[in-house]
Amino acid sequence: MSGIGAMFAAAFGLGVLAWWLGRRKALAFVAAPGGDRIGAVHSLPQYHGAFVAILALLPALVVLAFWGLAGNGLVAAEVLAGLPEGTRPQPGLDQAAFLSEVRGLVRGDYAAAFNPVAEGAAKAWVAVERRYAILFGVAALAVGLMGALWGWTRLRPDFRARSRVERLVMGLLILASLVATLTTFGIVLSLIFESFRFFQMVPITEFLFGLNWSPQTAIRADQVGSSGAFGAVPLFWGTVFIGAIIAMIVAIPLGLMTAIYLTQYSAAGFRKVAKPVLEVLAGVPTVVYGFFAALTVAPAVRDFALSIGISDASSESALAAGMVMGVMIIPFVSSMADDALAAVPASMRDGSLAMGATPSETIRKVLIPAALPGIVGGVLLAVSRAIGETMIVVMAAGMAANLTANPFNSVTTVTAQIVALLTGDQEFDSAKTLSAFALGLVLFLVTLALNIFALSVVKKYREAYD
Amino acid sequence: MTERLATGAPTAWGSDAMQNRIRRRYRQERLFRGLGIAALALAGGFLLFLLTTIVASGWNSFRATEVQMAVTFDPARLGVDAAAAKADPNLLAKANFQGIMGDASDAQFGRGVRIVSDGAWLTLRDMAQADPSILGTTQTVWLLTTSNIDQLAKGAFDLTIDAADLPVTATEIALWKRLNSEGKLRTGLNALFLTGADSVDPELAGIWGALKGSFLMLIITLVISFPLGVLSAIYLEEFAAKNRWTDIIEVSINNLAAVPSIIFGLLGLAVFLNTLNMPRSAPIVGGLTLALMTFPVIVIASRAAIKAVPPSIRDAALGIGASPVQVVFHHVIPLALPGMLTGTILGMARALGETAPLLMIGMRAFLTSVPQGFTQPATALPVQIFIWSDNVSRGFVEKTSGAIIVLLLFLLLINGLAIYLRNKFEVRW
Repeated sequence: MSGIGAMFAAAFGLGVLAWWLGRRKALAFVAAPGGDRIGAVHSLPQYHGAFVAILALLPALVVLAFWGLAGNGLVAAEVLAGLPEGTRPQPGLDQAAFLSEVRGLVRGDYAAAFNPVAEGAAKAWVAVERRYAILFGVAALAVGLMGALWGWTRLRPDFRARSRVERLVMGLLILASLVATLTTFGIVLSLIFESFRFFQMVPITEFLFGLNWSPQTAIRADQVGSSGAFGAVPLFWGTVFIGAIIAMIVAIPLGLMTAIYLTQYSAAGFRKVAKPVLEVLAGVPTVVYGFFAALTVAPAVRDFALSIGISDASSESALAAGMVMGVMIIPFVSSMADDALAAVPASMRDGSLAMGATPSETIRKVLIPAALPGIVGGVLLAVSRAIGETMIVVMAAGMAANLTANPFNSVTTVTAQIVALLTGDQEFDSAKTLSAFALGLVLFLVTLALNIFALSVVKKYREAYD
Repeated sequence: MTERLATGAPTAWGSDAMQNRIRRRYRQERLFRGLGIAALALAGGFLLFLLTTIVASGWNSFRATEVQMAVTFDPARLGVDAAAAKADPNLLAKANFQGIMGDASDAQFGRGVRIVSDGAWLTLRDMAQADPSILGTTQTVWLLTTSNIDQLAKGAFDLTIDAADLPVTATEIALWKRLNSEGKLRTGLNALFLTGADSVDPELAGIWGALKGSFLMLIITLVISFPLGVLSAIYLEEFAAKNRWTDIIEVSINNLAAVPSIIFGLLGLAVFLNTLNMPRSAPIVGGLTLALMTFPVIVIASRAAIKAVPPSIRDAALGIGASPVQVVFHHVIPLALPGMLTGTILGMARALGETAPLLMIGMRAFLTSVPQGFTQPATALPVQIFIWSDNVSRGFVEKTSGAIIVLLLFLLLINGLAIYLRNKFEVRW
């Protein structure tokens, strides 16, 4: 793809030139006899310029984008076709490996070729690529110039250049906002597609209800334990245990009490300082929490467990990962609770206080029950965030798929397994790699459902008081 | 009547039962309030504990220990011709500096004892290349020590416990004590940590490679997600008709903002790497993946900023004949820009700290060189932290914390910038 940057720069240069020419022609309308008033021209000169520039740029960019996306394939096809019969690699893996070696040689990544055929192919590659680059460069320039020329001839004093430019701007806006939808579809489709391939190898019932997880598939058929078990229940349990139970036991009381104290008791000045400090907890990267959990919290938890006589305590305990995750979630729960409490009408609070209830009685018996749907919705959002959290569990929770309720034991989670399955060597057709996508699909669906449900709860309840 | 009120009725304020109840209720009130303070103190205390632990174990990574030793620049051992090398110092590039360093180390510290770092010969090479006249002479130089000596010098080991439990040998401890008493050890700024890339030896490992990888990625992320985010926000807030399509777009943006980051990694792996065949471990793939993750955040922030611009501005511009597109681009965007930028910067901060999606697209490679471009293999600072955290050696624990300090400093800087921008340019209507 040599020189594609220069080609794009040249295309933009052409665009600037076209803009200047169009604008100059429009300015001439104003200066011309009978057109001495700017009002005689429908659009401002820069819109005429922009119209010509767009007509020059758009076709040129389309050609260049095609070259950028499809160029490698074109060059590869021609290089392969040019190889002498018999030395041509078989389609499939062989061919991919061969091409990646050729590309590496061309880029200069490898000092010498491993495969002598690749040496010659690399030379051919350079030549073919240069030919195509010149071809596409000239084509881009030609369509750009043609577009500019056509646009330039269309300019008249009554030409509605602004309307046309604005129509294009609108198209751009719509395209940009479609990216979100495309991304969502991309996620759903890629997860479903890969999961479908996985479920062809492993029955979906075994995946969802099986109690045994050991994804190591063997390289040789006679290897011990070669079958590979894909029962994901231990992972689901581990995820719920760490993210929805232990983390929430830490985060709900602490988050709720900090929100109550900051909104109901503290002075405004203290609140102004304490709230950002609390928010820092949410801003610390998760990898930092993971390191802290593994280095400091996990050994402390294990020593504590040993000291109270639990002999099988793991140094990668569910408790350590869950506790640290809970701390990370505190600001989230706190701000959700904050919103829910603030949405309770002041009249309810004032009424309770006027009846002689102490502030804490008002909070416990009036505010919290009234804000409960909002708080529950916030907690559900926090759970969805906790079960999707990856780094803390990867670093502190371990990889042993145990089905245990002992917080001092090691459990593993969906996210930790996805990382374990997809890092290191991967072949894209093995059940081991594909199972990560099935896990991802489950994670995506569960977090999506939790989010939609929680948001509807929060919204419905807020409307009730508005 | 008055008698009855004072003794038996529920509102008998003076009665003992009532006074007890009130005391109990006030006690509960104080308890509840105390619980609030305790929760706040616990959360703040945890943050403080986290930061002090990291700083305490990490600040030493910005210092390195050097040992003083005499090295003979023997041309024969170096394998170069002294006269020729003096004329053209480039000849020294492949000379055997490891050899003369090893000889000097064996002579002064004894055979088989590693005091000087394996990478310290580079210092000797640079010296000789800068001044070839030292060839054939014996020079006193300060060379980087191994991680074990470095850690001993920084006092990382508790020497009161049995030496067999320590990761350092008794010989190393004895040598360290001797060198220390002779004044042949010094600790100074660790420039290599800030300028180098990853290495198998903790004393040679640096974060610049990872930091540059992060910067390259963030450039891609910013260039893609900022225009996309701002343009979608403008469309949804100013032009979109209320129909089913708009609803689908809105729902997908709100959901994307809540999708776990690792799912974006799976998307990047399936689409960018396996379908589009983009280079593995490259900043461009990482940047694209993070851009998809960041842009819903930018859309949400930008929409809030656009909403905050009062309708009177739009009405005034429309009233004097501006077209709707002109109203938005000439009036609404300039006024909403500070809010949009603040949201974008916060999104960038989040992208900088993100690790999980990058692991999915192969950015955890072990790289000993600094990435030079968007398509070359690179790693990112959080991923470097993750890689180092797997390593149990004391030197790498220190480096991990050091890298975390750098990451947190950058996050502080970015967030500080966002707060500054908001305070400086935010207009309240």
